[in-house]
Amino acid sequence: MADAFFDGRTPAIRHRPPRLMTAAPILTMGGISRTYGDVQALRSVDVIVYPGEVLGIVGESGSGKSTLLRMMNLEDTPDAGTYHLALPGRVDDNLFTLDRFQRRMLRAHHIGIVYQNPHLGLLMKHSSSGNVAERLLIAGERNFAALRQRAREALDASEFPLTRMDARPSELSGGMQQRVQLAKAIALEPALLLLDEPTTGLDVSVQALVLDTLKTLQRDRNITMVLVSHDLGVIRTMADRVMVMRSGEVVEQGLADQIFQDPQHAYTQQLVHAKL
Amino acid sequence: MKINELTKPWSAFNYGFLDESAKREIRRRTLKAVAIPGYQVPYASRDVPIARGWGTGGLQVTLTLLKPDSVVKVIDQGADDSVNASSIRKFLAKVGGATETSDTTEATIIQSRHRIPEEKLREDQILVLQVPNPEPLRPVQPDMSIAREMHGDADYGQLWLILYEQLVRSGRIMQGSSYPSMVNGRHVMTPSPIPRWDVPKLNQADHLTILSAGREKRIFAVPPHTSVEPLVFDDVPYRVEDHQDKTCYRSGVEGFFMNELPQDDGSSLYELSDSHFGIKSIRKAEGEPVTLGETWYKNGRME
Ligand SMILES: Nc1ncnc2c1ncn2[C@@H]1O[C@H](COP(=O)(O)OP(=O)(O)OP(=O)(O)O)[C@@H](O)[C@H]1O
Ligand SMILES: [Mg+2]
Repeated sequence: MADAFFDGRTPAIRHRPPRLMTAAPILTMGGISRTYGDVQALRSVDVIVYPGEVLGIVGESGSGKSTLLRMMNLEDTPDAGTYHLALPGRVDDNLFTLDRFQRRMLRAHHIGIVYQNPHLGLLMKHSSSGNVAERLLIAGERNFAALRQRAREALDASEFPLTRMDARPSELSGGMQQRVQLAKAIALEPALLLLDEPTTGLDVSVQALVLDTLKTLQRDRNITMVLVSHDLGVIRTMADRVMVMRSGEVVEQGLADQIFQDPQHAYTQQLVHAKL
Repeated sequence: MKINELTKPWSAFNYGFLDESAKREIRRRTLKAVAIPGYQVPYASRDVPIARGWGTGGLQVTLTLLKPDSVVKVIDQGADDSVNASSIRKFLAKVGGATETSDTTEATIIQSRHRIPEEKLREDQILVLQVPNPEPLRPVQPDMSIAREMHGDADYGQLWLILYEQLVRSGRIMQGSSYPSMVNGRHVMTPSPIPRWDVPKLNQADHLTILSAGREKRIFAVPPHTSVEPLVFDDVPYRVEDHQDKTCYRSGVEGFFMNELPQDDGSSLYELSDSHFGIKSIRKAEGEPVTLGETWYKNGRME
């Protein structure tokens, strides 16, 4: 089954027309629980994500947002729960049963991630284009000219200035580092793009520019995104649907407008009113 | 019955110097290494009477392979007469009764540091390469246990990335010796610090190559007729050192790997790195009845 992902080559970036939102979810997680020592980071969390949508996850610090995203990226395995991704040509099994190699191949081909901390997502000593190229190398691209071209395309789509494509991330500003992470994440046209506080820590003006890029990407390519933030403003600009988390539980979820205009749960009301 | 009838007669050392359990250990590890080409097998490295870093890994393998009718050649960067090479060779003769030789075609076991002879090795010959650093992933992953997982997963993206970065920064591949190579399509190994010139000699060879690192306690192998492919991009061909048009100033031979000898006037002279191949070439030119073996490179090219 591993061979299904390890097929050597993947096509260059394609620009697809936006898909219609279909009824079948692309991501389904059920009953995810995870305990670290005495901390119950996730308590039987269910998540559904539909193709082409942006799911926003909000919640206070320590509510389990990053832990949930790490599960989606198969970096960790929960104590209980199932995870399915509807991917073309894939047997629909619980992804938590995959071994390390299968997870790596699934991630390489189908999941992109942007971390708040660029050190988690980037090799600081290598060039920016090299960071993107590494993704393509893992997926089997062995042609130098094609690597350059595909890295350039992905950086361009992330609105990264191409004159600096061979600069090391350590020489770049925080906003530019996030664009490199984004280019790396989208280089193989992932089925799922995970964003863990991608703009936290950036200047407000830079943050707005990066969010613009994300919106453009979302519109042009219809990429399915899961966006974690504790900033309701960011969630409001980006998300189609919102999930509110507290102490490892989902307290409320619904369409973004609904959550912001008519929050049901007392905790959500507090959050929304504090923000407004 | 007397006690000396029950025990083995006294001798200064065991045949082949190593005790039988040490040899058994190394034989088992070597068999495993042959069974999984390019995979680094850990082994219990013994003390031998040379210092670590002077070929202890290679020496232990050679001692284990030794038979009274073995004919051993030992070279250091192509030379048979370096102090280290000749003392290892003498040691092998002393503890194993092996015959010493400088002639590649006569040897049954060739222990080498940093070179593979220019004359083609046959299936009845074994090449033992001394390895200072067996881990090709060391530059990208200092943690050995993670590096082992990466080998397990064939996770070599970062090795390719190093080559990508060299092309971006310098316009060419800068890796000289120890060029990382994919063995049997599965494990990336370092071929030890042999020049790029020598790496293609390992590909689909008739002979068995055993690589051994004494300090790092790792054995790996390239069995006969096994693919060894240097990591290269489709559109950036593998290049060996530009020695094909250099002429050896002693023997007049050209088209082989040379040592460069810088001269006072800024120019350079070249001499064959495979010193005994040079000696034989001179003798042959002088009309002596010497046999030069078939060489891997012909007219400076390998087909
Ligand atoms: N690997 C781990 N080991 C121990 N505890 C952990 C681990 N990962 C998460 N936790 C704990 O689980 C809880 C949830 O953490 P998580 O990082 O998911 O929160 P978060 O919602 O992302 O918070 P923040 O907004 O601060 O990023 C915290 O109490 C955290 O300390
Ligand atoms: Mg977090």
